[in-house]
Amino acid sequence: MARITMREAISNALREEMERDERVFIQGEEVGVWGGTYAVTKGFYDQFGEKRVRDTPIAETAIVGSAIGAAMTGMRPVAELMTINFAFVAMDHIVNEAAKLRYMFGGQFTLPLVIRAVSGGGRQLGATHSQTPDAIFAHFPGLVVVSPGTPADAKGLLKSAIRSDDPVLFIENATLYQTRGEVPDDPEHLEPLGKSKVQREGDDVTIVAYSKMVQSALEAADMLSEDGIEAEVVDLRSLRPLDMDPVIASFKRTNRAVIAEEGWRSYGVGSEVSARIYELAFDYVDAPVKRVAQAEVPLPYNSELEQLALPKTEDIYRAAKEVLYG
Amino acid sequence: MEKKDALALFQEMVVIRLLEETAAELYQQGKIGGFLHLYIGQEAVCAGIGSVRQPQDRIITSYRDHGWAISAGLDPKVVMAELLGKVDGCSKGKGGSMHMADVDKNFWGGHAIVGAHLPLAAGLALGDVYQGNDDAITLCMFGEGATNIGFFHEALNLSKVWNLPVLWVCENNRYGMGTVVERASAVSEIRQKAEGYGIRNERIEGMDVVDVRNNVSRILEDIRKNGGPFLLEIMTYRYRGHSMGDPERYRDKDEVKRWEEEDPIGKFRKYILKEKLATEKELAEKEEEAEKIISEAVEFAQSSPNPAKETLFDDIYVADFPVEYRGYTLEHESEER
Repeated sequence: MARITMREAISNALREEMERDERVFIQGEEVGVWGGTYAVTKGFYDQFGEKRVRDTPIAETAIVGSAIGAAMTGMRPVAELMTINFAFVAMDHIVNEAAKLRYMFGGQFTLPLVIRAVSGGGRQLGATHSQTPDAIFAHFPGLVVVSPGTPADAKGLLKSAIRSDDPVLFIENATLYQTRGEVPDDPEHLEPLGKSKVQREGDDVTIVAYSKMVQSALEAADMLSEDGIEAEVVDLRSLRPLDMDPVIASFKRTNRAVIAEEGWRSYGVGSEVSARIYELAFDYVDAPVKRVAQAEVPLPYNSELEQLALPKTEDIYRAAKEVLYG
Repeated sequence: MEKKDALALFQEMVVIRLLEETAAELYQQGKIGGFLHLYIGQEAVCAGIGSVRQPQDRIITSYRDHGWAISAGLDPKVVMAELLGKVDGCSKGKGGSMHMADVDKNFWGGHAIVGAHLPLAAGLALGDVYQGNDDAITLCMFGEGATNIGFFHEALNLSKVWNLPVLWVCENNRYGMGTVVERASAVSEIRQKAEGYGIRNERIEGMDVVDVRNNVSRILEDIRKNGGPFLLEIMTYRYRGHSMGDPERYRDKDEVKRWEEEDPIGKFRKYILKEKLATEKELAEKEEEAEKIISEAVEFAQSSPNPAKETLFDDIYVADFPVEYRGYTLEHESEER
């Protein structure tokens, strides 16, 4: 166990899997000589060489499309998108090829591919570079969509994603890279894909979150605890497949839920999770489910305005109080 | 060309022609659904290339893929069964006309988003280079209409930057759906587009299977020796509409007639007789055999069952994730009711 940052956890996962399996290689913009625009692949070019750490043109279609082709031949590419905002350029390859080829051709081949993408706002990058469009990708059967909220999960989930025979979109949050946490050193530390996890136990209210909002939810839970309210924090970790079991188990005890996501509320993760709560546990509902999400605007550049639009710990705290009528 | 090879090639072209004509009939009878894009008129391209590609060479093409499936070595039975959506189809009835594949034959599909398979082709070649399969070439086919979309340009650029062994084959049949090449492409000589990427290129005629075969054989040898990529533009023509629902307002009947005089099967027949590679009688026997192959394929396809309902959920994921059914997992559904 070591206390390391999310960046180090992700970097370690990549390095360990590349050392473990020759078929794993990385390609993307500035992953090589530059060392990764978020420094995740720093030192990789020197360690693994240009064959396995492949700088690409600024051409997302080519990055993702050729990674799919290589995966069809049995390789295990990790394609990096500098930000998830650029995934729209490669949208066809993510949703029409990666998600469908195996099914459409009757299961003739696997697509052991990982697409890493950086999501999230809050860094004054303006409307086009600050989105959290994670839910869009979770709409498509055939893709696995993973987004960790803690360094330990980041490492364990990324390693599982690389070893998986299914195409995985692995979504990181740029403002979490410096977040520290205890991470097992064990190179076989694997976390299962498609499994939610209780990050904090409590009997009074269920807070469902993923990615950065897990950290905010844990902070909100500490604030609630000071008021004598014990919140259970369920981290979805995977948006597809969506594992509702820990959410429903928790909700059946607390009868109240808040769902927090950084993206927009409309048609979002919270919409899906709350719908399922009503479908699966209607008889246990003591208060309307609350959704905490981003204000429905393109994120502005001005820092004050941007922060105003983003969901905060306080919003989760307030929503929890509301579902408790407290 | 040896007599045996000539006869086999002739029969293959007739099989493709008959398969397509039969598919058109089955479509009109409502037995084939969705879209149906026929390859009739372009047979010299797939047959010529198919006859000289090596088993390690990967084939990937667009949605006009039936001819390519046959030339890649798929049994007409599994092609016909796929057209009818049956479980014995090459894609188990889940792909249909536009999505045929057989990985064991190194045939990687059948892709229906115009141009989207070009980056995939670059990746197939990358996979070969990465694994040290030095002798393998990826043959990627597309229409001239696909050269106006971004996928084409990103894929060509990447193939040159990474020196990938891809033979880019533009089957220029002059029309992207109903829009003639001059109205859609800034340059109508598609091979010129390769110049901008420093990719070697050539334009050849595509109605004569012997020509196609000889040219492609030479180019494949060149790529194996000197590396890739290479762009080959092959001038061809489809006699039928873009798909079965094409009103064909964009071309006159005389134009089609003129191209029909260039019919690749008729041309090859004349060549075979002139070169005394076979007799009229032997060709007639091959045509009869082709008819038998197609009628057996139809019989096979019609008697093949529909895929079982349970297969709806097969092959979405390799991992054993719970099956999602109308928003519930089946487990939750049974638990709650």
